[in-house]
This record gives sequence, C-alpha cells and structure tokens, in this order.
Amino acid sequence: MPIPTPFYTRASALCESYEWHNWSGYLAAGLYEPSHEREYFAVRNAAALFDVTPLFKYEVSGPDALRLVNRVMTRNVAKCKVGQVMYSPWCDEDGKIIDDGTVSRLDENRFRITAADPSLYWFQDCGYGMDATVIDVSTALAALALQGPHARDILKTFVTGVDLDNLKYFQFTEAQANGFPLTISRTGYTGDLGYELWTAPENAEQLWDILLDRGRGYGLAPAGLTALDIVRIEAGLLLIEVDFISAHKALIESQKSSPFEVGLGWTVALDKADFVGRRPLLAEKKAGPKWQFVGLEIDWVFLEELFDTVGLPPQVTGRASRAAVPIYKNGKQIGQATSHTFSPVLKKYVAIGTVESRYASLGSQVEIEVTVEYSREKAKATIVRTPFFNPERKRN
Amino acid sequence: MAQKYDAIIIGGGHNGLVTAACLGKAGHSVLVLEQRQILGGAAATEETFPGFKMNTGAHNAGLFRSEIIAELNLRNHGLDFVESPVTAFAPQPDGRFLTMWRDPQKIRAEIGRFSEADAEKFPDFVRLVTAITGVLDDVVTSTPPKLTNNSTAELFPWLQVGLNLKRLGKHDMMEFMRVLPMTVVEFMDEWFESEVVQGVLGAAGVTGSLQGPQASGTAFVMLYHYLGAAAGSFKASRFVRGGIGQLSAALADAARGYGVEIRTGAEVAQIIVDDNQAAGVMLADGEQISARAVVSNADPRRTLFGLVGAPRLEPRLMRRVRNIRFKGTTAKINLALSNLPRFTCLEKSKIQNPKSKIYLGGHIIINPNLEYLERAYDDAKYGDFSERPYLDAVIPSVLDSSLAPDGQHVMSITMQYAPYHLRNGTWDEQREALGDKVIDTLAEYAPNLKDIILHRQVITPLDWERDYGLTEGGIFHGQMGLDQLLFMRPIAGYGQYRTPIDDLYLCGAGTHPGGGVTGAPGYNAAREVLKDLKR
Repeated sequence: MPIPTPFYTRASALCESYEWHNWSGYLAAGLYEPSHEREYFAVRNAAALFDVTPLFKYEVSGPDALRLVNRVMTRNVAKCKVGQVMYSPWCDEDGKIIDDGTVSRLDENRFRITAADPSLYWFQDCGYGMDATVIDVSTALAALALQGPHARDILKTFVTGVDLDNLKYFQFTEAQANGFPLTISRTGYTGDLGYELWTAPENAEQLWDILLDRGRGYGLAPAGLTALDIVRIEAGLLLIEVDFISAHKALIESQKSSPFEVGLGWTVALDKADFVGRRPLLAEKKAGPKWQFVGLEIDWVFLEELFDTVGLPPQVTGRASRAAVPIYKNGKQIGQATSHTFSPVLKKYVAIGTVESRYASLGSQVEIEVTVEYSREKAKATIVRTPFFNPERKRN
Repeated sequence: MAQKYDAIIIGGGHNGLVTAACLGKAGHSVLVLEQRQILGGAAATEETFPGFKMNTGAHNAGLFRSEIIAELNLRNHGLDFVESPVTAFAPQPDGRFLTMWRDPQKIRAEIGRFSEADAEKFPDFVRLVTAITGVLDDVVTSTPPKLTNNSTAELFPWLQVGLNLKRLGKHDMMEFMRVLPMTVVEFMDEWFESEVVQGVLGAAGVTGSLQGPQASGTAFVMLYHYLGAAAGSFKASRFVRGGIGQLSAALADAARGYGVEIRTGAEVAQIIVDDNQAAGVMLADGEQISARAVVSNADPRRTLFGLVGAPRLEPRLMRRVRNIRFKGTTAKINLALSNLPRFTCLEKSKIQNPKSKIYLGGHIIINPNLEYLERAYDDAKYGDFSERPYLDAVIPSVLDSSLAPDGQHVMSITMQYAPYHLRNGTWDEQREALGDKVIDTLAEYAPNLKDIILHRQVITPLDWERDYGLTEGGIFHGQMGLDQLLFMRPIAGYGQYRTPIDDLYLCGAGTHPGGGVTGAPGYNAAREVLKDLKR
C-alpha cells in the first residue's frame, strides 16, 4: 500500500483522473486531468510541477566523503565543485549499472545523492573502512520539479537570496521562500529549462501553494508521470527497469548493462582512482562494448502506408510505451527499443533502445516492430542522435 | 623500495615459519617479519615470570603434521616431543576420576569403572574414529578445490581422498558423511552411556568455538582434534620439550638454514597494493620492502581489512570477509606454581606423589558431562563468561623440568567460554574476575591450588586481539563451523590460499584446514605460492 507524500493533500485535491501509481512506495499521480496533454505541453511551453519526493536521497559526510562517493560513482566526483551537481551512474563489481542519480556537493566533505532504488546498504558497504557516514534522508526532504520555459520566471516571483539568472545548468543553491529555506538545483528529468526544489516536509504544502498561486499567470500545471515519461524520452533520458535493469535486480547476466552499453560511456572516468567496476569497465572499453544505446526516428510516411493497408491512420500510442519491441536490420534482430513515444512537440514517432554495436552508426537504416491490427510488421526507422529535443533554454 | 624478495611472510607464527621454510627450501629468497620480539605467535613459550617458561598460547603439539617434521628435518633442529602416558585426567565432582591412558588396554579397564557397556564399545569407537580421521588426514594437507571450473590438476589430490573414503567400505563411508555434521552430544549418545566418558571424549568438540556441544558440526571439530591421536586415546596430545616455542624455534632454525631472513620487532603497517596487486609491505617505521609475493600469517580479516584496507576489496568480497565469524571464546590462565596441585580424588584413592604425578602429565579436564558444557555455553551465548567453566589444564613441567625451577611448575589452563563480546563491562574490567573464577573452579578439585600460585597471567580474548593480533580473540583465525571450512575457508571462493589481491596469499589458521598447531595451512600455502612463483 503506497503512502502519501507531503504534497498529497494538495495533489489529490487536483487529481481528477484518480490515476495513481506506486512510485517507490509513494502515491504518485499518473496525470491530473483525464488527459495528459495539457500537462505535457505545460512542460514544453509553460511550466509543469512534478512531485518527485519518492526519489531516494542520501547524504554522505565525513573526512572520507569524497573518497566514498568517488568509489561508488563512475564519474570523477573530485571535479564536482561545492554548489555543483553531477549526474552519474554507479556500477557493481562487474561494471554493470546498479542505478543512476545526481550527486550534489553540499560542502567539501558533504554530498547528497539521489537514487531510484534503495541504496543505503550499497553506499555504506562501498565505504566500509572509510571515515565517512551515509545516512538516508529520503523522508527528510520533500521535492518538487518545476520544469518548463517559465520555470525561472515563476521562481523569481517568490524566491529570495539567490541570483537565478546566474544559476547554471547542474548547479544548486540555498534560498528562501516566504520565510522557509529551500534548496534549488537546476536539474530535472525533462531535458528542458527546469529546477528541482528541496525542502523540509513541513514546508511542502506551503511551497506547493505558492507555486500554484504564482504560476497561474504562467500557465503552470501540476503534472504526472504520464507526461514525464514522454518528455524524458524526448530528452533521451533512461528509465531504470525500462531502459536498463539494475544489476542488483537482473535475473540473468544478459539483463545487465554496462554504462558503455546504454550511452553513458561519457560518465566513466577510467583515469580516476579505483572505483567499483573499474577493472571490467577498462577491459570493456578496450574490447569495445557489445551493445550501444541509440535513438530511433520512425519513418512516419512509411507508418502511414503500413496502416493504410488496413484502412487506418497510424494507431500510435498516445502515451509513452514501455513495452520493448525488436529492432531489425535486414530481417535479423539486432536489438530492442525499450521506450517509444509520439513526440507532440517534434511531430515524430521516436524510440530509444539498444542495438549491437556494429549496427549503431548514426544515419543507419533499421526496422522496428509495429503492430498493425494484430499483425506484427516492420516499420522503417533511422538511427539518430539523442536528445531528440534539446532546447537552448535548457542550458541558458 | 628496499631489496626485493621472492616472498615476504607477514607474521612469524608457526604457520608463517612453515611457509617460509618451505619456500626457502625451494630456493626462494624469503623474509619473515614478526611484530613481536618473540617468534611463534600463538605457539610461543615465553618467560612470562623469571624462571618459568610458559606456553602462552597453544600448548599441545599433538596435531603437528609429521610430513612437515620430515620434510624440514625438524628433529635435527632441536625438535623433540614429550608424551605423557596419561593423556587425560578428569576429576569428577563426586570424587571419582577418569583417566585416559595412552595404552588402549588400560583405557578399556578405566572406562569399565564407569560403564562396562561403554568399555566394550570403546574399541569399536576407536576403530571408527581412526577410519574417519584417516580420511580427514589427506584432506588436511590438500588444497581445497574451487568447486567452480575445477581443473583436473586441482582435483587430483582429492581423488586420493575419494579413494580413501571408498576404501572405508559402505558402512564407514556412510558413517563418515553422517557423523561430521552431527552434534557432539548426539554422537556421544550413540556410543556411550556414561556421562563422564561422554564429557571427557566430547569436550574437544567445542574447542575454540562459540557453540555448545548441542550445535551441529561439533562432532567434526571433535574428530579434527583426534587427528593423529594415538590409538584413539584422548585427542592428539603431545608436548614439545622445552615448550611449544621450541617447535617455532626449530622451524625458524630450519628456515634460516635455507637462507630465510627473519626479523622480529618488525611490525607491518600496510601491504602495498598497486592496481590490485601486492607489491610489498610498509613497516610501522615507514620502511618499504618489495616482494613478488606477500604471504600473510595474520588472520584473514586483519590481513584484508587491517593491512590491505577494506575499501580495496570489491564490496561483495568485503562483505564475506566482514561476515567471517571470529567470536573468540577462549581464555588462558598461565600459572607459576611452587608445587604440584593435590587433587582430592587422587588423595582419596591413596594415590600420592610421586605416583600421582603421572596423572598430571597430560590434560586435566574439568567437564563432568556434556550438559555441564552446554550450560557453560549458555552463559556465553548471552555475553557472560561461564559461571561453571570448562577447563583443559596442563602442567608440562611434570615431564619437562626445564620449564620451571627445581620442584616448581608451570600450569596452563585453557578456559571456555569467555566471549569476546561481553554483555557487561570490558575485558579489562573482567580479566581478574575471570582468573578468579577459573582458579576457584579448579580449586574445588585441588584445594591447595590457591596456596601454591606464585604468579598468574590471564589472557582474555581482548588480549589475544591486542597482543597477538587475533581478530576478536579468535584462536583459530575464524571459527571452525561447517560453513567456514574447506573451500569456504577463509571465505567462499578463496579456499586456495590466494586472495582477491593478486600476489597476496594467506597461510594462517584462517585458511584450510584451520586452527590448532598443525602447520598444515602454512604447508599447503607454500605449495600454492611455489606454483605461482614458478610462473
């Protein structure tokens, strides 16, 4: 039975859809209105508010805090300055991804890590014998993601003590709002301009109320996981248990993925001191990964023709699909698309997935399975660069 | 870094010295680094009090492997054994006593005083124990297989074990498989009706163990201590002339003869590891010495956490090392005596000095029955030392006058249970109370004991840890439970003396076959190190 987050009283009052999901044991709105479309467009054209409290949150502190975090993460966290946030996956002993999240350097010797799965035991064990403490602060922090082109404008109306224009992408700062403190990080899961706001649970309702009040003039909409899933695919961002399976949960070896196999090779700092999984990752880098992460753009004209054979316009899912489908090359399966969606902003049907490395080159023509009136067909698709949608405002 | 050796041995305990001597004999340059001023580790004889040579740790060398004595020619290096005609003498609370003689005929008669049925069964029991220990004998000196991806070469020595097992015949083979995981209580119940006989024979099953005799696997531990026992007498028992330290001295002498360098007072602070490979050691004074192989006689946790560092191990391996059960449970009380203790039971039977002396030359066992032993464990289970402790005392000076001044004696009492993790207070606070408890207990059987004590040394599990480097005071470098044996010793997957760190080896009691003064871990480790040094 999922439990409410600190925003539940407010969110539930607005949740006309009554569609709730279990996100890490919390009630998370799937969508607020009967359709997710307004929420989706709020992210891309105005601003949307997501309750992201269910993320697991940990704090690492002590003289060896950096050493501990750097032993866990594949990225070189030593390069993370105080006030900076780093995205990084972390791997098991065989170099297979366990989870991913953000690392905020709160102080020289203090870090906050977000995770999709419970990770306290893992972090503590990686730091066993070090002079550092890991604590679970998941319930000590309520979190909202304010995402979209107007996110900054809305924050400016009530946040004090911070220069938001100079808060760069993947930086965070402490600020005040109506007399209570909050942390603002310029991060998110939408690939758009956006912020994540972290505060004590007792301030949660107040924070929600101010945001909805100040956001009214900007078209702010509370948004749920359905819209979030579409925008994160547009942004080319991975979802655990969908696009990769945690090495701690995989049932067989082949279900596990290394960072190189899911497009996260850039996060693997092989030149830093030992970290968990370094040796096998070094070997994999030398040998070349077997799989590679790709973005796919499905040929819409071809799709129209395919559906036309049965007298239908393209019947594509209105929501993002998490059901993996095979990717083919010359009739032979070369991989699978793990997430796919119609992108309303791009007017394209796009997918992310994994293919054998030798077929992963950009521009390569492949085929993806689509179902046309119960019949499995192959639609033409092109391997393209991700993110599919990458607006300037994300960084500016 | 300073001179490069083929191998550095960390710790000059008896196993470390065996490894050093074997590697030296094969022509390798070897350096032994011992933290203490004295060699032998927990198999040392120390003049704790002037004129009294104490076996501070182990005192029984009955398990020491004869093949090592032969291979290193230890008898030519001053090793000589002393064997008492009485292996065990067990005074009872009711004034009776059971004596285990080395002579099987005499044992039979003695047991008959307690139970005629037991006496009749005893030869058959001896036959079974001899058959089982005969198979274990080969196990002890073989490197355990990995169980995954075994090569034929690895399994070859185990072919012999298998053959020996087969040779036992159907009945004994079944018994072998059936008995090892049993509780010592049930094993003894199957054979003997006299609780006195059960108590004396079965007590060995809890040696070094934080388990009572009703715990599974205690039958195995009991049989382990009967390896090489003379005709199924009271476990394998013999002393080294001059004290057990002379065994270590003979090993050191043999090693030096093969060119091995030995430094005492040389504390290793760190094993130098570069990219998961051991490159040498750093001493406490900062000196660095490099070697192709680093072999640690320290226990697995002390080696891998203390000297290598837990963060250098993969988390999954770190957890296994963290989970090794040490849980020291043994205390030692060493006494300098002005005279021999006079046991009431002997005096009542009109057996007086010098005739009584013969009874005191072996192990003096205070464990009236297995129920007593289980109760002694009950205290430890909840973090207290035993109110009624199990004692195994020896007075080696009875047969070896070189250990004490004329007419005076040294006595070593091994006591169980003294749990490392105390419920109340610390061992620094409880040490003397424990000493008093042991003396009081023994004095119930030998009332003059308190009057003849000149000096007393109490070694608690905390002292084993602090002074001898034994994690949690575990005398066996990890309990000898069924889950911590063979290919699971010290941790599953690393039963072949190699460690997760390349070129770092373990050679102490924390490896197969385990604790006791056997020399087998050191001997087996040397064989594996030699294989790798050839590469």
